Amino acid sequence: MNDRSDLVDVGLTVNGEVVDLRIPCDETLLTVLRERLDLTGPKRGCNQGVCGACSVLLDGASVRSCLALAANCDGCSVVTVEGLTLPGVLSRVQRAMIEAGAVQCGFCTSGFVVALSALLQGNPHPGDAEIREALAGNICRCTGYMKILEAARRAAREPAHE
Amino acid sequence: MNDGGAVGIGVARLDAADKVTGGARYVDDLKRAGMLHAAVATSPLAHARIRGYRIDAARAVSGVKAVLIGPDLPQNRVGNFIKDETTLAHGKVRYVGEPVAAVAATSLQAARLAAQLIELDYEELPSALSIESALAEEAPLIHEELASYVAVKPGKSRGNIVWDVLMAEGDVDSAWSKCDVIVEGEFRTQAQHHAYLEPNGVLADIDANGRLTIWSSCQSVFHVQQRVAEELGIPMSRVRALVPRVGGGFGGKHATNLQTIAAALALKTHRPVKLVLSRSQDFEMQRSRHPARLRMRTGAMRDGTIVARDTEVVLDGGAYADESPAVVSFAALMSRGPYLIPNVRCRGIAVYTNKLRAGAYRGFGNPQVTFAGESQIDELAGRLGMDPVELRLKNMMRAGDRWFGGQSVTRCRAAECLKAVAEAARAAPALPVRTGRKRAFGYAAATHICGMMGVGASVQLKADGTVALATGVVDIGQGSDTVLTQICAEALQLPIESVSFGSPDTDISPYNWKTAGSRITYMAGRAVAGAAGQVRDKILEHAAEMLECAPADLELRPGGRVGIVGVSGKEITFQMVAGRSLYRVGGPIIGTHSLVYDGERFDPKRATVEFSAFDNPGVYTFGALAVEVEVDTITGKVEVRRAWSAHDVGRAINPLSVEGQIQGAVVQGLGYALSEEMIWDDDGRLANPTLAEYALPGLADVPEEIVPIIVEDPEPTGPFGARGVGEIPLVGVAAAVANAVAAATAARIRQLPLTPERVLEAMAD
Repeated sequence: MNDRSDLVDVGLTVNGEVVDLRIPCDETLLTVLRERLDLTGPKRGCNQGVCGACSVLLDGASVRSCLALAANCDGCSVVTVEGLTLPGVLSRVQRAMIEAGAVQCGFCTSGFVVALSALLQGNPHPGDAEIREALAGNICRCTGYMKILEAARRAAREPAHE
Repeated sequence: MNDGGAVGIGVARLDAADKVTGGARYVDDLKRAGMLHAAVATSPLAHARIRGYRIDAARAVSGVKAVLIGPDLPQNRVGNFIKDETTLAHGKVRYVGEPVAAVAATSLQAARLAAQLIELDYEELPSALSIESALAEEAPLIHEELASYVAVKPGKSRGNIVWDVLMAEGDVDSAWSKCDVIVEGEFRTQAQHHAYLEPNGVLADIDANGRLTIWSSCQSVFHVQQRVAEELGIPMSRVRALVPRVGGGFGGKHATNLQTIAAALALKTHRPVKLVLSRSQDFEMQRSRHPARLRMRTGAMRDGTIVARDTEVVLDGGAYADESPAVVSFAALMSRGPYLIPNVRCRGIAVYTNKLRAGAYRGFGNPQVTFAGESQIDELAGRLGMDPVELRLKNMMRAGDRWFGGQSVTRCRAAECLKAVAEAARAAPALPVRTGRKRAFGYAAATHICGMMGVGASVQLKADGTVALATGVVDIGQGSDTVLTQICAEALQLPIESVSFGSPDTDISPYNWKTAGSRITYMAGRAVAGAAGQVRDKILEHAAEMLECAPADLELRPGGRVGIVGVSGKEITFQMVAGRSLYRVGGPIIGTHSLVYDGERFDPKRATVEFSAFDNPGVYTFGALAVEVEVDTITGKVEVRRAWSAHDVGRAINPLSVEGQIQGAVVQGLGYALSEEMIWDDDGRLANPTLAEYALPGLADVPEEIVPIIVEDPEPTGPFGARGVGEIPLVGVAAAVANAVAAATAARIRQLPLTPERVLEAMAD
């Protein structure tokens, strides 16, 4: 982070707030979020885009922030799990995850919440096949996925606007 | 929400809201003012003598504050059974990935760069990378000084043999003549990685008196405290261990030496130091499930009565003993399974090899022997022309029977669990036929224990009538914070919101050995129920004085009230009692309870038990599994379509959590059965140390349905009748899948995982 001549200016909107950064051109969005902005909801599980724990919404689409270079996100809107709702408010996805027992160790949870939120934004009442496809890139080691699927079905049954 | 009591209700996890909103903090989410970042340099060789260190280039990297090498640390060898391991390699390296040096720097990039620049001069030694090469006559010795190491218990350690255990009952050698059918075979199982989603990490801080505070991803703060103190040669009073949220463990965070690396760097720099492993380093440096070679022979009479079983299990323990003595001892104890076989023997050997140490992993040696044992039950059934479920039921132990070794089993619903999954599988609507697929059901019985070691708890009544529960129990994601809170709430007839759960802190929490051995609900639950019971008794004493009656005339009422039995109204609240105790009479109301597992030991009159690492591991638990499997006859791919898993948990404190444990363990077991395998190349280098190359089950790989079936036969010694369920649902999965594949294809595969290649090859034979 220091003694670097390859710094670039990057402007992002993160959870609704404008953020101006001067960062190394090879710094990932995940590092920016976690280390510079103290948004530690996105997790570093594999750092190679396999586990999905670092998922965030980039202009509304779920992406792996460990693979995205922050410099390439200039001008984009980023929403992390912390920014999905107002503080103290739970979304239908978050409520369903809690009620269905879909949360164990929690390290994958923010990634699942983000991926499922992205799906429901474009498709408020998806079927099982669409849910499975949307969550296929997220790994959970604790739950065996059954209660995550159940949470997704519950969320999909609820009204989109609450 | 009900007013009081919480046992038997699937309440939501207390930590779930924090986890779904991103607020839960794990070790890598923590920061301290002035914090340095650490990185570890590791051995590139499987076996070599260290001749020298070159660290100038690393020291010269801008931002580097300290470089630590093995000789900088006290040479205190540590280990739970054999003290054979140092924090950083000293004198020799014994596996690729072994920590040899560490760096602390102002940025993670600087620390990792510097770690890469550390060079050691090595004299390479011949290595032993397999069980066979480690046991060969000319095998290189991995620990030349083994005889001089401190062993906590005797285990016949010698050469490259870590441990050598024998258990026997009856007369196996003469029993074969009574058998009409004998099946015999060699089974192989692989190294499975725990693959907790959160890599291991630690943050160590230090004060001006040199006292350390350590937050880490662990399964016991007390183990961390003890281990760091022992490795650094300082009193435990100078180490305080804490834990943030833990992103999974499964045994993989049962013991680790990372904490000491960060602690030593903090001591050297007088600054906080954070060390978080990359995923690859976590793969290469931590632990695996033991690879095993099993030779097993099981014989039965024509009517299906099983007469004898003889097992030799050899575990590849890797470069350091760690939990190998206990794992191999437990494998021996589980080798008979839940069957009343009169003549049984198991010899268990754990060997050193020049690979990553194997350690505790959900199941603890049991999935390996159960893969062999339950495969052979199906093989016997095939030879006898019997239904595999019927053969199991014919030989299954019942309540009042004894375990291998002589311990009595007072509760046993093994047969009911098996019947439950078989009936559920048979009653399930048939799936549509798919061309090119062969389909069959497969079954396995499973057994395990819950118990072991010591634990305490305290409960303190607060001024407003709510209570503070303190235990040293680390919730690694399985949900123990919630379950223990439910037990406390139930004992005091309080709503769970009236119970706070204290995060483990070695300065103030009552001791707990570890989150391991499926023991928290059962063992810590007993401690919590006992401590809450003391608080209840003290509350009743106060209330009796306040109401001028005998405590025996009083009862707790939901919501923190005390009343006279049979008399409505005239109640004393917990708040009134608390006020009286805090300000006028008796002092603060604090209940405590401590226990150590105190079950029956092996019976020397019934069994020979030589060099087992333990003699009273816990209460025996029982379950069963059915899977429906499809085999693609062209590709060899095995797909598990549906699974039914039944377990007698005594009493489900939180049924939702029990279901989650069962479903999660089944999928982890499916990974073990079908895809997961750590592969080392000929130089001892791990070939697949990433989540891209190591094939964890994803949503696309899991069954449409995993049906958990909860059986409840209350455990008389358990809290509200509960037993543990953390491990047992994984134990039989590989065997059930192998049995289903054999039933579908007639190919009996004795090597895990059941990859498409192995399945095709077996089908061609």
